[in-house]
Amino acid sequence: MDQLTKLFYSLGLSPYYGIFVAAFLLAVIILAFALLYEGVATYVERKVAGDIQSRIGPNRVGPYGTLQWLADGVKLFLKEDFIPAQADKLIFRIAPYFVFVGSFLPFAALPLWDRFVPVPMNIGLLYIIAVTAMVTPGIVLAGWGSNNKWALLGGMRSAAQLISYEVPNAVALLIPVLIAGTLNLDEIVRAQGGGGGILRWFIFHDPFSFMAFFIFFTAGLAECNRTPFDLPEAESELVAGYSVEYSAIRYAFFYMGEYGDMFIISAMASAAFLGGWQLPLIDPLVKIGWLKAVLQLGIFLTKTLLLVLVMMWIRWTFPRLRVDQLMELSWKRLLPIALFLLMGAALWTVVFHGKGIYDLIVG
Amino acid sequence: MLETQELVINMGPQHPSTHGVLRLLLHTDGEIIVEAQPHVGYLHRGIEKIAEKVNYHQFMPYTDRIDYLASMNCNHAYACAVERLMGIEVPERAQFIRVIMSELNRIASHLVFFGSFGMDVGAFTPFLYGLRERERTLDLFEAACGQRLTYNYMKIGGVRWDLPPGWTDKCREFCDYFEPKIQEYHDLLTYNYIFMKRLGNIGVLTPEDALAYGVTGPNLRASGVAYDIRKEEPYDVYDRLEFDIPVGTGEAGAVGDCFDRYMVRIKEMQQSVRIIRQCLDMMPEGDVQARVPRVLKIPPKEIYFRAENPRGELGFYIVANGKPSPERLKIRGASFSNIHVMEKILPGLMVADAVAVIASLDVILPECDR
Repeated sequence: MDQLTKLFYSLGLSPYYGIFVAAFLLAVIILAFALLYEGVATYVERKVAGDIQSRIGPNRVGPYGTLQWLADGVKLFLKEDFIPAQADKLIFRIAPYFVFVGSFLPFAALPLWDRFVPVPMNIGLLYIIAVTAMVTPGIVLAGWGSNNKWALLGGMRSAAQLISYEVPNAVALLIPVLIAGTLNLDEIVRAQGGGGGILRWFIFHDPFSFMAFFIFFTAGLAECNRTPFDLPEAESELVAGYSVEYSAIRYAFFYMGEYGDMFIISAMASAAFLGGWQLPLIDPLVKIGWLKAVLQLGIFLTKTLLLVLVMMWIRWTFPRLRVDQLMELSWKRLLPIALFLLMGAALWTVVFHGKGIYDLIVG
Repeated sequence: MLETQELVINMGPQHPSTHGVLRLLLHTDGEIIVEAQPHVGYLHRGIEKIAEKVNYHQFMPYTDRIDYLASMNCNHAYACAVERLMGIEVPERAQFIRVIMSELNRIASHLVFFGSFGMDVGAFTPFLYGLRERERTLDLFEAACGQRLTYNYMKIGGVRWDLPPGWTDKCREFCDYFEPKIQEYHDLLTYNYIFMKRLGNIGVLTPEDALAYGVTGPNLRASGVAYDIRKEEPYDVYDRLEFDIPVGTGEAGAVGDCFDRYMVRIKEMQQSVRIIRQCLDMMPEGDVQARVPRVLKIPPKEIYFRAENPRGELGFYIVANGKPSPERLKIRGASFSNIHVMEKILPGLMVADAVAVIASLDVILPECDR
């Protein structure tokens, strides 16, 4: 960004143009990446489903069906964008944007490689938690604006669910923050490096953070409305829940939102607990700067996408919870456990001066 | 002023989990059902009236359509009803073949139940596992009669064709293949924590209510009443076969809840395999058809015959009047009674439970509406 600013300055233009152009370019790159990921993820999801269900999955478009997601995308663009006559048209129209924007904004704050975050900010973690919450109003608006009882039920379920699960989710995320002493995601990841390899990752820092990872991942599953927590859309109960009246690209926006959320939750889990772009031996072995960055990006994406794969695996294996069980799980189980873990982790930090198990053993 | 109002939801006839065209009118308070009214009749085709216009033999294909997931059983019940009315003696081999087919079809039907039940509580994968095994039974039917859904295989006085060469071996192979698969279903779905929690204590049907509403079949047995027409009033060779009647045990909650209804059907599939194995061992050689005239003219008489179908008691009440077609033919479909128990057990449950209850009762609408 600095170089762009200098370039514009040397051309006799205001450096603010440089900032603007750089920000725009960055946004385009992130959007392109997000869309590419979401497209490929739908293909992978269908292939994973096929494998689990002892069938083949998409295999017609392109070699092994790899272009299926493009065909699906084109199809969704070409379909009629239908708005029911009785719907609240404004709300109906804007709802998908909330969902999409809410799942897209966090991409800007992910720590991609050493000392690189697309939009550097010292409260990256807080920012991500905040903007992902934008998905909820989108779903509630969709449920209300559709003027459909099933959609309304879906919207109400979603509001209750997302609000409940954000609490244990955020509390579980506070534990890595506590250990690293910062909300800056880049610094959180860097704090998980050094001698000891994967034992320096926060998931292995102490017993409390180990359990916190699973709490975070479970609550995260609920936040992206994935089975076993896919109650807002619950195909067999609410037909399709909040998205029942949506068609064409507006419908696709909801799906992009869901897949975006999956990526964000997985990325957060890998950054805060699984060492982000850290992998033992990369630091001492690779000396070339750009190669290191590429490797670290690859490591980060691999960890994230593996977690996304686990989410898909869970989706095709488990039945769905009931709405009261869902609330019970959040408020009576996950939240108390998360609070207990937070206190435990705080005590650990005080007693052992912030040292992890590895540090304590090795000295 | 703020006020609250009951939400009236129209569930069906187009709804993914009403299994065809059942329509439920749900009065709900938020997610909790206050009142439920099942509406039937969307699939009425006048099969009973048709019976008065065609002759006894010609009615057989229509029985396929009473319960399309268990056509063999419907064929079987109708054929037995007319034979009893006429006093026709059916060759032994044909009786064994019929029992094998009925039990195979029971397995196929329960497999569809297993799959769609899983899907209705949110697990999509079991559906494909269930249909994978059902495919094998359909292959067996196709080998025997050329059809995969509406078989029209049995006829009054026997079965239409003898089994093709090698069929019994294939059938044994299927039994060997299928039995271990039940363990797979248990691993995948039955003992899943979420699944048991979703179904235990939900939609409890007490034995008194079940009897009062005329519920039959696995739904009644799940409520703890060991009543099976194959034992009570055996037809064909059922009295010579050994099998148990699985009843609800309240494994995940109370006796007669959704989980029991699920479990009873799974156990019934095991019993069906047992019956098929015995039949294959005991089946003699010989004719597969009795000599029955082309046009049956039955003197004025009437009969009520019932058979144990996968969904309960299928009854045929036939009034003959000496003409080639019956004066009146009344079909007693099990699903009709089973649907109406919903208005008793749904209030107080949640919308998500309603889906589980509908699926666990395993109703099929063509049988209900005829």
